[in-house]
Amino acid sequence: MTFDANVRYQDSHEWARKDGDLVVVGISDYAQDSLGDVVYVELPETGTSKAKTEAFGVVESVKAASDVYMPVSGEIVEVNGELEENPATVNESPFEAGWLVKIKPSDPAEIDGLMDAAAYEEFTKGLDD
Amino acid sequence: MNARSPLHDWHASHDAKFTPFAGWEMPLSYPSGSIAEHRSVRASAGLFDVSHMAEFEVEGGDATAVLNGIVTANLESVADWSSTYALICEEDGGVLDDLYLYRMPDRWFIVANAANRESDAAWFRSHIDPARGEVRFTDRTDKIAMFALQGPRAMEVADGLATELRGIVPTRIPRFGMAADGEIRVGRTGYTGEDGIEIFASSESALSLWELILRRGSELEIEIGPIGLAARDSLRFEPGFALYGHELQREITPLEARLAWACDLEKPFIGRDALIRQKEQGLTKRLATVRLNERGVPREGQPVVLNDERVGEVVSGLYSPTLDGFYANAYLPPALAKTGTEVDIEIRGRRKAAQVVKRPLYTPAYR
Repeated sequence: MTFDANVRYQDSHEWARKDGDLVVVGISDYAQDSLGDVVYVELPETGTSKAKTEAFGVVESVKAASDVYMPVSGEIVEVNGELEENPATVNESPFEAGWLVKIKPSDPAEIDGLMDAAAYEEFTKGLDD
Repeated sequence: MNARSPLHDWHASHDAKFTPFAGWEMPLSYPSGSIAEHRSVRASAGLFDVSHMAEFEVEGGDATAVLNGIVTANLESVADWSSTYALICEEDGGVLDDLYLYRMPDRWFIVANAANRESDAAWFRSHIDPARGEVRFTDRTDKIAMFALQGPRAMEVADGLATELRGIVPTRIPRFGMAADGEIRVGRTGYTGEDGIEIFASSESALSLWELILRRGSELEIEIGPIGLAARDSLRFEPGFALYGHELQREITPLEARLAWACDLEKPFIGRDALIRQKEQGLTKRLATVRLNERGVPREGQPVVLNDERVGEVVSGLYSPTLDGFYANAYLPPALAKTGTEVDIEIRGRRKAAQVVKRPLYTPAYR
């Protein structure tokens, strides 16, 4: 299980990474492993604005459909179109090629309120017990 | 607490993900993932632990005649060491369960769904006439481990197991046949659309037999691995096999489920009169398989819509690894349950275009 130290985490298992003025968002390795094989990813239209913790899309695995939530408030400026053809990329590369959306954050400091890798790893240990 | 298979520790030590299923905790998938498991069974071979399945025996007296009055298929036409699929129905024709029945010279060996174990047992017991007291019904589920070895190369693996199977040579068992030696029983049957066998063994011998099968596969350099319930579901969906609780329910009749072939309306059985009536009057709904024209996973309970009208509901839906597409089974008015009918499936409030397709999606390899 990888807990990428270069991203911050939300308790609903999304990660967020600063990329210039934007925030890149995906789901954690822990999340993709729990979901199992991802077969479809439903992503929002670019240009939509959503608040932190609002659902922005759905990751469908073989077993279930799971909402994914905004780790920070802002406008969706880009979605990962690659996932349309290859949803399994979320399983194979959750922190890199399997990113979901890029957000223009309404408050660039909001990302600092998310968990760091060590805190998130602790958090997931609590879930397995 | 959920019941566990005798192989539970083996699954855990092989990093299986578990799922609660009908009062059991069973492997859902292994680290390779359910899609890779599915493909492996279609391309080579896979081994399933299905020890949650219920096993019954009916023996003594005129067991065949008594059972024949309860199940839909005609058991009189099943030869010793052969088998049949059948349903049990309520008087109104609603399906209580689907079963697999193996005929042995001195008894019937019945495999039933785990979720219906208690209700099936009660149903059989209440319909075995006490005046025919010599007919005995026994629930053997707790003593029996059940595996399925399935895939185009499954029989190559099975062929190497004769010693451990007490001299039973699986390749000599014809399709739908069975063989037995004491506790060990082997059917040339399965639930995947591939050739293969199902093995019934004592719980005590389960682990050594399981490991031996996997080892034999490796020795023969045949790709084989454990397969979880998620892949079992997609493997049964493609060849059009019903799953109780989805395609089959108490409110659905065998005719609606396209299982008339498993019902002999010429002989008496519980529910026959209702089915004959339904056949005369015509069906109000019928099972159809629908393909989405776009991406998205249809899930149980989602509406099927035509011209803004709800015409049915999804009972099973998934991504089909073999066809690389998204499919659903749904009950539709018979006029719509025809190849080519265009409908929408409403997934989370969004309508996705779909059309009824020809069944089965995957023709069983042995047919």
